[in-house]
Amino acid sequence: MTEIDIEPAETVDARGAACPGPLMDLIGAIRSAESGAVVCLLSDTEQSLTDVPEWTDEAGYELLATEERDDHYEFYVEKA
Amino acid sequence: MTERIVIVGGGTGGTVLANDLADRLGAAIDAGDVEVTLVNDDPDHVYKPVWLYVPFGQREPEDGRRRLRELVDDRIEVRIDRVTEIDTDAERLRYRDAAVPVDYDYLVLATGSTLAPETVPGLEAGGYDYYSESGAKALREELLSFTEGDLVLSVVGTPHMCPAAPLEFVFMADDWFRERGLRDEVDITYTYPIQRVHGNPHIAEWARPLMDERDISVETFFNAESVDPDGTITSMEGVDLDYDLLVSIPPHRGIDLIEKAGLGDDGWVDVDKHTLEAEAAENVYALGDTADTGVPNAGSVAHYQAGVVGQRIASEIRGRPATATYDGKTLCFIETGMDAASFVEFDYESPPSPAPPSEKLHWSKLAYNESYWLTARGLL
Ligand SMILES: Cc1cc2nc3c(=O)[nH]c(=O)nc-3n(C[C@H](O)[C@H](O)[C@H](O)COP(=O)(O)OP(=O)(O)OC[C@H]3O[C@@H](n4cnc5c(N)ncnc54)[C@H](O)[C@@H]3O)c2cc1C
Repeated sequence: MTEIDIEPAETVDARGAACPGPLMDLIGAIRSAESGAVVCLLSDTEQSLTDVPEWTDEAGYELLATEERDDHYEFYVEKA
Repeated sequence: MTERIVIVGGGTGGTVLANDLADRLGAAIDAGDVEVTLVNDDPDHVYKPVWLYVPFGQREPEDGRRRLRELVDDRIEVRIDRVTEIDTDAERLRYRDAAVPVDYDYLVLATGSTLAPETVPGLEAGGYDYYSESGAKALREELLSFTEGDLVLSVVGTPHMCPAAPLEFVFMADDWFRERGLRDEVDITYTYPIQRVHGNPHIAEWARPLMDERDISVETFFNAESVDPDGTITSMEGVDLDYDLLVSIPPHRGIDLIEKAGLGDDGWVDVDKHTLEAEAAENVYALGDTADTGVPNAGSVAHYQAGVVGQRIASEIRGRPATATYDGKTLCFIETGMDAASFVEFDYESPPSPAPPSEKLHWSKLAYNESYWLTARGLL
């Protein structure tokens, strides 16, 4: 397990939410975040590994890091 | 000692539950051992699915209203008031119109969804909706005189009530303009926040080819950021769409006091998705839209959940272990035009598989809407 050096302004815990729950939760958090803020999404569905980068690409936001933890993934997204 | 059950919200879930408890606990209520209060902030019970038909001039908003008192068993105390504060440690709540707080032994939150269009700048001024009674009436005025231009249906917020209703609206609009010989003059565009046309991949896969066949344009990954009431909606993804008529599914949230009571974020109560017990407090249940179970916000869900909560509370009052659980059952008719509909049924384990659209299913949906009043009364 790596330690990453990003301090998110907000963490959204979408573990247990069926897809597309996690992506919707991330979009909701980014919507209300300040420009430049980093939001961290915790998700335990594999689908997020494709959903999240697809959306950040489309929206022009940066996916700073994706971390695999024991039972979930962490996605760090910066609002443009 | 009398056990006091308070149900907050006399919509679909709360009303079905009140009648269910009257049925299960009738003798105990008659003996004065149990007291059930149903609190609603409107003397009427409102059946929201009627609003889908209002903009097309097919139903009147009054068709979705009945006096709550007339739908609920006489053994239930119906209180027309608003709950303004909940203290789950003291097991006590406050009513807007009462000087002193009231104690409860069991509390059920069935407070539904509220709309929050103000969270998107320009949306209130620039868009219409059919997710409120006033919205459906205003949209009717606009739609009935709309004969040409760009009609945009934008799903702005999720979760929202009845995930099928945005698809239903564009399918109905397509058919309705076609029948009236106006379809060539009206362009219909549907926007959705994620990469497909519906949250559920099975329903999205079924709906997308139908939309293509019927010339309904689709914009996915479209999350409205602002609306210029002069006729442009702009997404967080940087896309501008021009419109002549904007119909939105506004952002939804639960009521504020749920967050204040520490029961969950944005007014949605964190619950165990099987027992429907609140995660953060004892003797508190939530059902329907306000219970955060991940299943759709639908009347059918509220109805099934009410049966589970009714059975659990009755068992607890009788001192027996509560065994009833909710399995995620959801049932939904989906209009695919003005005279055809599909149908889906699914739960936590089994995905939906939409039935081929037919006229019979359309009439089943309309028949269900009529017989809904028997459901609310607890008879069906
Ligand atoms: C256009 C449209 C079409 C729909 N079509 C369908 C469909 O075809 N099939 C389907 O299954 N579902 C459909 N739905 C969804 C369905 O209407 C809701 O999911 C359902 O009403 C949820 O029931 P509920 O009991 O959770 O909340 P509601 O029925 O919304 O009831 C909540 C009640 O609580 C009251 N309340 C809130 N706060 C307080 C307070 N503090 N004190 C006192 N009272 C309070 C409210 O006034 C309201 O009466 C549709 C919804 C819409 C908008």
